[in-house]
Formats: sequence, C-alpha cells, structure tokens
Amino acid sequence: MKFQGKVWKFGNDIDTDLIIPARYLNISDGSELAKNCFIDVRPDFAASVSSGDILLAGRNFGCGSSREHAPLAIREAGISVIIAKSFARIFYRNAFNIGLPLLESEEAVEGLSEGEEATIDLATGEIESIGSGKTFSAHPIPDFMRELIKVGGLVEYTKKVKWSEKKP
Amino acid sequence: MPMTITEKILALHAGVEKVSPGDLIKAKVDMALANDITAPIAIEVFNDIGTGDVFDRGKIALVADHFVPNKDIQSAQQVKLMRDFARQQGIKNYFEGGESGIEHVILPEKGLVLPGQLIVGADSHTCTYGALGAFSTGVGSTDLGVVMATGEIWLKVPPTIRIEYDGSLQAGVRGKDLILYAIGLLGVEGALYCALEFTGEVIKGLPMSQRFTMANMAVEAGAKSGIIEPDKITLAYVAERSSSKPLILKGDPYAVYEKTMKITVDEIEPQVAFPSSPANVRPISEAGDVPLDQVFIGSCTNGWLEDLRDAAGILKGRTIAPGLRLIIIPGSPWIYRKAIQEGIIETFLDAGAVIGPPCCGPCLGGHMGILAEGERALSTTNRNFIGRMGHPKSEVYLSNPLVAAASAILGKIGGPDEL
Repeated sequence: MKFQGKVWKFGNDIDTDLIIPARYLNISDGSELAKNCFIDVRPDFAASVSSGDILLAGRNFGCGSSREHAPLAIREAGISVIIAKSFARIFYRNAFNIGLPLLESEEAVEGLSEGEEATIDLATGEIESIGSGKTFSAHPIPDFMRELIKVGGLVEYTKKVKWSEKKP
Repeated sequence: MPMTITEKILALHAGVEKVSPGDLIKAKVDMALANDITAPIAIEVFNDIGTGDVFDRGKIALVADHFVPNKDIQSAQQVKLMRDFARQQGIKNYFEGGESGIEHVILPEKGLVLPGQLIVGADSHTCTYGALGAFSTGVGSTDLGVVMATGEIWLKVPPTIRIEYDGSLQAGVRGKDLILYAIGLLGVEGALYCALEFTGEVIKGLPMSQRFTMANMAVEAGAKSGIIEPDKITLAYVAERSSSKPLILKGDPYAVYEKTMKITVDEIEPQVAFPSSPANVRPISEAGDVPLDQVFIGSCTNGWLEDLRDAAGILKGRTIAPGLRLIIIPGSPWIYRKAIQEGIIETFLDAGAVIGPPCCGPCLGGHMGILAEGERALSTTNRNFIGRMGHPKSEVYLSNPLVAAASAILGKIGGPDEL
C-alpha cells in the first residue's frame, strides 16, 4: 500500500484530550469528530487536511484515554498514516483495529518538515521526501497488524477469519 | 521457566503452559466492561460482526458513569443505546441511576472482578483491578465489541517492571503519592507496553483503596497494566463481596523482570503533579505559591470511602477559602451512603463543598465543575493534560485527598501541616 500527502508535524506526548476533547465524546459520527480533531491546539487542522495527508509526531503519540474517537477523528479528517517516534499502546491497538496504519521511525520524524510532500510504502516501510529526495525507513509493521490493515480492521478480520469456535 | 504473576494469568487464559514477553496470545476474557461514552461504538461493532448474542451475558458489565446523570441530549441518546442493548441481550450487570457509580469503584465493590481474572475494559483506567491480583487492561471500543461477540482478545504479553517500596511512610503520605512519585521517575512513557508490578513491605501494608489508587494510575506511565499480588488484605476484601473462590496466583521466585526499581519511602512527601502532565511531579514542600479557583475530590483514583474520610478529617470544623469552589463526588452509592452515616457529608456541606452524584464528573472535562479560561484546579484525579478539565487555558494539578482538602481551606496548594 502506498500513500502520498502533505506532512502535518506535532511534538511529543500528544494526548487524546488534545486529539479530541472530552466534550465531543457524546458523538460517534466520524465526520463530526473529524471537524473537531485537534480543535484546541490547531483549529485550522480539520478544515485544511487533504485526503491522503501524513501526520508526523514525536514520542508517545496518543497517550491518555482509550477513546477510539481519537484515531477515528484523525482518520476521518483525511490522514492516511501516522509516523511517530513511538505510540501509546491503547492508541496503537485502536488505530490498527480501525484500519489506520502507524509507522515508527525516529529518522523520518527528525528529517521531515511541516508542509512537505512525502510518499510512504507500507509494505517496505520506506518513506521518501518528494522535495529533497531523502529517504527514511520505519520499523516493519508486525505481521498481525499488517493483516489488520490489509483486510480493513479488526471487525473485518474477525468476520473473515472467525478465529473463535462457537460454543457447542 | 519461572513466570511473573502477569505471565501466569495470561498463560492460564490462553490455555498454554507458559508465555514470555513479546508472545502474541489469544486469551479468554472473564469480564468485559464499557461505559456510556465507549459502549455505543462497541455495540455498533458487535452488531456489525453479527453473532446475535453476546458470548456470555454474565461476563459483560455496562456502566453509565461518564456523562451522567444524562448531561445533554446526545449523552442521553448514548446511554439509551447502551440501556436498550443491555436489556435486549439480558445483560444483568447494567448500572445506571441510583445503582450506578464510577465503573472502577462499583465493579470491585460488587465482587464482579476477582484475583486471577483477565479483565478488559473500554476505558484506560481498567488497569485499576490489577490491585486485586488480576490482569486488567484498557482497550478501545472496537476491541470491546469483538470481545462481546467472541469472548476472546488478542494480546501481546508485556514485560514486567517491578517497583519495590520499602521503609516507613511519613504521616499523610498515601498510595496516590507513591504512584505519583513513581510516574515522576518513569515519565509518561517509561513503562510503555509493560506490566507495572507493585511490591514490597509498604505495599503489603496498604488498604485496598490505596492499592486501587496505585494500579489505577499505571496507565499514566504508559503501562499496559498494574498489578499487586493478592495477600490477606486482598482476600479479606474479596470474601466480603463475592462468594466465588478467588484464584490466587503469585509470581515465581527468579521470574525475569524487565527492570526492578527500589524506592525507599521514608523521605517521600505528599506529591503534586503540576500542569500539564502526570509526570510533572514535585514534593509539596516545593509547590510554591499556587492560588486555586477549584478543588475536586473524587474520581476512580481517589473517590473511595477512605479518601472521603481523609478529606473529612481535614475539613471538619473548618470552611473553605472565600471564592474557592470545592466539589466532592463519592465513587459509588454505597460510599455515598456510608459517608452520610459517618457524618462525612455533613462535614463537607458545613465546610462549603458541593456534593455530586457518584460519577466521573469533571475529571475528564465532562460536567459538574468545568474550568473557565485562566482558572486553576487541584484535583485527586489521574490526568492533567491541557484542557483536561475544561478550557485549554485552564490548569489542573493532581494530589492526594489530604492535600486537596487542606488546599481548599488555604485557597492555594498546601498540605495539612500548613493549616
């Protein structure tokens, strides 16, 4: 799977309250959540993201709450993939479960700047800056997570694989 | 090969002899939990999978605690969705209104979570039940929906970081301070993906309420779970609340830990987490001059009866500073009733506090005490990220209930010895 888009850069410890404040948690609709993604820190974000854009972040992205509204808002806003130095664990699960791929790469986060165009090859983990031609590599996605992305998330995986036997 | 208590619980629920950190397992779930803000998506996922019936209607708990009593129309719709689903599925562990309180307080109170179990919840503070010697972790709504359909979850076995607390506690130092201190050392990412195991003589001497407080905040260091091996105190607590025979598992001697931290508690003062991270911790003596607009005592971290008793001991016969708002929310109806019987609620009212119904309240910026621009609150909750309790330009400080009560009287951050 390949993606191309504009880079949106964030710092370390971006928590779920920043991604989607609690006052929006009585909404489950993806497009409504998307409108309020990062509303308190970057009010311009939701309106300006183009489909396919890339979110870049430092360490511990998505820390805090288990709210699935967080990766959902980001995905619905149009982000195709998040590259960070590290991810908080509930956010990591949630993102893959809803089919939003995540990559871990210190060098890509250091090397890419806000606003530049980049391409990402999920299969190889290779990230390229279109402007400078520089390439970076990400840690390979574990097989199981790759499966989840391929089929479109955990629900599709569960329906397809039916990995739990029914009780007699 | 020897295993930690966490590894033993996971191996048992995966139906295998042994697991090691990094293994991907498929594990059977003893209890799956969701609340009014996470259940709607989980129910949608469950319906999409299409099994019809939940895997086991006795092993699911649905609790209305975040935006209740229904905060607005949308919240009311979410609760209705959860209620209708519970009724349709015959899920008896559905709690709202006068039966409900904060999920992580009422589940242990009702004996619904027990030692040796594997519990998942669509709430990050599900790690609280690790205090009972269970493996308990927070997951998202999609995970929870799949568990409701299948009764199983895929998990990666975490390495365990062991924290040993030894020495003697100073007066006024609680489990809240011990965990804040540890998070200050580890950072918000220091225990990423790990199980945090709390051990040592100090832990053995803590009552259940303080053990729950500690396990509750494991997630704030990035941990997958927190755990305390069950002992006499655990068993006494459980015996009063459940007739089930609890499964007592303990770690093997020579089990392998990712890291062991030894903390001597003698010099530890009450801790305060400053804005805007639970890891931005300093001792109360270094808090400086911080005037406050609001103090909140409650939450799944410190809404226990013992916490209210602690606060009442400070507030008795005193009144809060002029202009300051003190909001106190008991963690459950049972705690609320006991607090009334013990005269605690009267003490709070006499001091000038507002008492809320058992729920999460302002902790996550829901309702019942939201902050305006420029306001500062001290609370006994677990998180103080930007905007956590209201306006992005408000600030939240975290502490134990004794410091919170003293600060409400002083009108600024301070400990009981400053009164």
